[in-house]
Parts: sequence; structure tokens; C-alpha cells
Amino acid sequence: MHYLICLKQVPDTSEVRIDPETNTLMREGVPSIINPYDAHALEEAIRLKESFGGKVTIICMGPPQAKEALKKAMSFGADRAILLSDRSFAGSDSLATAYILTVAIQKISETDPVDIVLCGKEAIDGDTAQTGPGIAQRLGFPQLTYVIKIREIDQGWITVERKTEGGREVAKAKLPVLLTAEKELNDLSYASLPNMMKASAYDPEVWDIKALPCDPSQMGLKGSPTSVSRIFAPSAKTGGEILDGTKDPTIVAGNVVEKMFQQNMIMVDPLAKGGK
Amino acid sequence: MTVIVDNGKCIGCGACIVECPLEALDLIDGIAVVNPEKCKDNGSCVEVCPTNALALDKPAPSVTEKEQVPVEAGSKKEFNKDEPLPESVQDYAQDNPRKIVKPKEAKPKDPNGWSGVWVVVEYNHGEIAPVSWELMGEGRKLADDLGCELASVVCGNQVDHVITEALAYGAEKVYVIDDPVLEYYRSEPYAEGITKLVQKYKPEIMLMGATAMGRDVFPAVATKMQTGLTADCTVLGIDPDTNLLLQTRPAFGGNIMATILCKKHRPQMATVRPRVMKMPERIEGREGQVIREELGIKEEDVFTKVVEFIKADAKSVFLDKAEIIVAVGLGIGSKKNMSIAEELAEVLGATMAGTRGAVEAGWLSHDYQVGQTGTTVRPKLYISIGISGAIQHLVGMERSDYIIAINNDCDASIFRVANYGIVGDLNEVVPAMTAEMKKRLQFGVAN
Repeated sequence: MHYLICLKQVPDTSEVRIDPETNTLMREGVPSIINPYDAHALEEAIRLKESFGGKVTIICMGPPQAKEALKKAMSFGADRAILLSDRSFAGSDSLATAYILTVAIQKISETDPVDIVLCGKEAIDGDTAQTGPGIAQRLGFPQLTYVIKIREIDQGWITVERKTEGGREVAKAKLPVLLTAEKELNDLSYASLPNMMKASAYDPEVWDIKALPCDPSQMGLKGSPTSVSRIFAPSAKTGGEILDGTKDPTIVAGNVVEKMFQQNMIMVDPLAKGGK
Repeated sequence: MTVIVDNGKCIGCGACIVECPLEALDLIDGIAVVNPEKCKDNGSCVEVCPTNALALDKPAPSVTEKEQVPVEAGSKKEFNKDEPLPESVQDYAQDNPRKIVKPKEAKPKDPNGWSGVWVVVEYNHGEIAPVSWELMGEGRKLADDLGCELASVVCGNQVDHVITEALAYGAEKVYVIDDPVLEYYRSEPYAEGITKLVQKYKPEIMLMGATAMGRDVFPAVATKMQTGLTADCTVLGIDPDTNLLLQTRPAFGGNIMATILCKKHRPQMATVRPRVMKMPERIEGREGQVIREELGIKEEDVFTKVVEFIKADAKSVFLDKAEIIVAVGLGIGSKKNMSIAEELAEVLGATMAGTRGAVEAGWLSHDYQVGQTGTTVRPKLYISIGISGAIQHLVGMERSDYIIAINNDCDASIFRVANYGIVGDLNEVVPAMTAEMKKRLQFGVAN
């Protein structure tokens, strides 16, 4: 089995804010991390490798300093890491990014066919969840998104549990396949000391436009149909109403419930007959 | 002698990088960085920057000065202001007449025949996702602004009742693929079917809910169509000058809002967050045109199978998908007191959750922990009981639609994010709320 992970280095977004006065990004000193969902995808691949054997390859598109994320990822027990880095890749939206990653996966597959592509369900800096399905579509692989559990891999089919609004769906697909990982997929392990030492000496391969036969019209800003036209700070949440419920709790509670219905926070089901 | 980048303003969009004829700019760590050895201050980057993050180090050189600037061998082109503007600048000029003055022309209808607003209805396991109808309401406004048609797309097996609903919610046309292969949602046949409709009938705009299904199928369709897709929008509009769809969405975990355009590719596609757009009026018996197409895919050619669907109730639903949450913190005092909150949750059909403290006290399992080390939730209603509101908890729940907080400390930080806060003894306030709710909800909750 050959497992391929698509990994992204992202700013730790809980710390990126917009300055409401100057309307600019404040990102001084925001650390870079491995996208958390990608870390779960990697963890799962390592576990699969431990159970079924095989090989784990990581690819990452990003600036040269994303090498650090790849070295870190190697310390969890991956076999190969490749950084896709070229100034012409910069500014790619999800369509163009999926294209570049697909070209890389196809190149890797020429010598070492990929059986399972694992991506995080989304990157926390963009939250689009579009790159994974975009890659599956281009590779012609079935896609299983929002995976919370891999049940089995048997006779060329993989069975997983997926997270959806209404509940969990058990679905299976024929290999080769692309999965996107939710955090529930597994608990992250710590890197072992031997793997950490191996990773610290590891130098990820770097593929630029010369190494990757990409069509210039499909990548970077020119290959991206979407563009940002404006950014602004979200309207700040206005302070709510604070009521004193120490003297007459029943009346105050009743008033708040009244407001909850008035503002449609809760809606009475007009069709329901009888109690719930 | 080089262009200056204001790091605070730069959003890393890369417009300047493409524009620079001397390849003097790079995107490093998401910020444009100028290579002083290559930059000749010609200013083309300054013109295209959407956030005015770039400035010339000195006043723009006159044309004669510019002519004397030696151009490095191998550079693609030299900027000359007498030449026609590059295409991307022209585009930009239409959005920003302040910066580059160019006569504005009235935008005619799309010359390639892309017309109409489509809403793809989410129908799976016998249920229609309400966001489908919310989008019919929003789609109506967009279609009116554009002066075009509003249509629904319905895919599934035996969907006549869904078509009736789509018409009742305002569809002028309903495009239908009714096929046993579409019994359950699966990416491949759905994406294939929707793409077939798009290629044949050419809608200008396509909308779908930003749900597990919408965010699974739309990227596949957008890839097949090689067009742009904006995820999880919260505001939509039509630009009156260009007729482009203005797609606004939160970015960087909601700390920033960004408006996205898809200028040259069609359809313009967006998934839209549920419960943001207003539900339109449903008018029984409305009529419209129903257009049916064949799917043309055999079951044996689909390499994904749905084995089973385990429907969730309030107790087993994933916390990040819950519509109403009743959450407890250490203020509740003991495991015994959990029943106060549980009774309220029962009446509301709500899902229970807790802070890290409550989970560590053993009152709830880790699956139900809200916050930085737990789950980030965004329910319609979040009722917080005995939670003081540590920042690690607030980041996980502050984007709930409505927050009600009950706490005995009037200085608790939870009150800063609450729509309504009650300062008082939760042992008195919560049972009073439960009793009042019970009275009003004897016929059930509509969520």
C-alpha cells in the first residue's frame, strides 16, 4: 500500500486578527503549524502502514520555509516528503492548488502508484474543504470526505464512517481512493525518538516548476478563477442585555424565555401534534 | 529606490506578483516581498493592489525617466503607461473607478448565454435540508437584481414531492434527474448529473448549502467545469456595475471577512452557510416548468456504495452539527446537579456539552467538550449554565447564533458574548426556564 498525504503549513489562525481601526491584518509573530486536520490524516496513514505495511509519502505546496513542517511531519514516521515550491505556484486558489497537487501525485504514481490519498478535511486558514475533492476529481478517484473512522480495507475496497449533519454514514469505495480526515479519526501520537532523529537529518525534496510538468495557464494567479476583492473586519458582537435574576428568578427567567421565542431562537413546530 | 510593502495591509493575494514585469516580487509567508535588486519602481504593482498595501518609495518617475531605466535581459515586458493596461488591471478598474479612470459601460447580458440563478436542493435519506429553501429566498433576490430566472436542481430517486416543494418555495423552473442510482447521495453520480445539467442549460450562478453534502459535491462540479467556487459564504450580492456575484465569507477562522469574485469563469459557484439566509414564504400550489434529464450512469460503474446510515438524535449528534446546545461549567457544582441542565436540554431537544473543567470533573465525556482543546461549535442557540467564560472556552462557542448565559458572578466573561445574561442562582433560574419552556413547547420544537 502506498499512502500519500497532502499537507499544508498554516498560520495558527486563532491568533490572526484584523485591526478594527486600520482594517489590516495583524500577524506579527503568528507561528506556523501543520494544519491540524492534515496531522490527523498523517497519523491515520502511519497507523495503516503499521497494520498493513507499505509506505507513506507526504507532499506539501508552499514557500521554502514550509520545509520545516515537512521535517516535523517526517518525525511521525513517514518515508518520503516532497515540497512543491515555485514562485509561479503562489496565489493559487483551491482549483489551481488541486491541479498542482494532482500533477505531483501523478508524477509520484509513475514509479510508485498511490493507493490512498489522505487530506485533512480543510485547512484552518482557508476553511474551504475544496482542495481534497478537487484532487479526487482530477485523479478520477472516488472520494470519501469527513471520515471519522476507517473500518476495514478488504479486497480492494475501503469501508469508512463519515460525519454528516444527520448522523454517521457508513460508506465504502474502491481503491485507489481519496479520503479527507476529521479530527475524530484518531488521537495524535507523539513522535518516537529514533524517528525524530531521522527527521532532523532528513532534507525534503523540493520540486519546482522544472520538476513538475504543470500547465502555466492552470496554476498560480492566472489559473485561479477566484480572486479576493476586499477584506474587512467582521462586525463586532454587540454587548447583550444582562438581567438581575437574584431577586425574582422566575419572572426574569420567564422574560428571557419570552425573548428567545420572539427572536426565533427556538421555534415551535406547527406540524407536531402532542408533546415531544 | 524600491516599492514599499505595508505588511499590515498586504493580504497575500499575489496580484502584484503577476503584474510585475521584472519579477521583482515574491510571496513569502503570505506577504508580498520586494527584491530590491530587481525592482525599478515602475509602479505597476501599486496600481493592482486591492488593499493599497504598496507604495512607491518616491514620486512616480516621469515617462522620460522611465525610458532610461535599463530593463534586465530576459524580463517579459516593460511597463509603459501609454500601452493598453494589462487585462487584469482593466478588470480591476471596473471595480475601482477611483483608482484608474476608465469610462464605465453598461454590462450586457453574458454573451456566451450563461444565465439564471440555480439552487441545488439537498435531499438525502428522505429529508430535505432547510438551507435549500433559505437559498431559494436569497436566490430570488439575486435573480431579481440580475433580471434572470430562479431555478432549482433536484437529484434523487422518486423526487416528485421534492419538486412540488421547490416550486412552492419559488422556483420558476426545476431541473430534475430522477434515477435509482441517486437513491443515496454519492459524490460521483451526483457530480456527474449536476455537471450534465450545467453544461446543457448554462446557469450564471449556482448555490448550495455549505453542508457535508454541498461541500462534497460542489468542488467536484467546479473542477469538472474548471470554474471558481467560494466556500461557506455568509453574505451574497450582485455588483451593480459588473453584475458579478459578490461572495463574502469569513476567513482565518472568522477573524476576517473576505469578498471573493469569480470574474471570467462560469458558472459562479458558492456554498452558503446554513441558517444565515432568511427562509422565504412557502406558497402551496405554485407552478413552474419541470425539466427532466437522464442520468446515464449504471450502478456497476459507481465505485462508492453507502452501506448504512446511522441517524443521530440530540444525544448522539456530533457537537459541531448540533442546533441547540445546553452547556455546563464547574459552576454547576456537582454531577447530581447535571439533572437541572439535562431537563432543560430534554425539553428543547438540545445536545449537552461542557467546559474542560466539567469534562475533567467527569460529568461529561471529552466528545462533549467545547473549546480550544475540544470542539468548536456554532449552534443556533447556546445556553451556558455555570460557565465563567475562560478564553479557551469562548473561542469554541462565541460564533453561536445566540448565546444565553446564566451565572452567579456578574463579572463573568461569558456575559460579554451573551445576547442575554441572567445573573443569579442557576438552581433557581434554570428550573424556572425549563418550566416556562415546557409550557410553550408542548407541541414540540421545530428545529
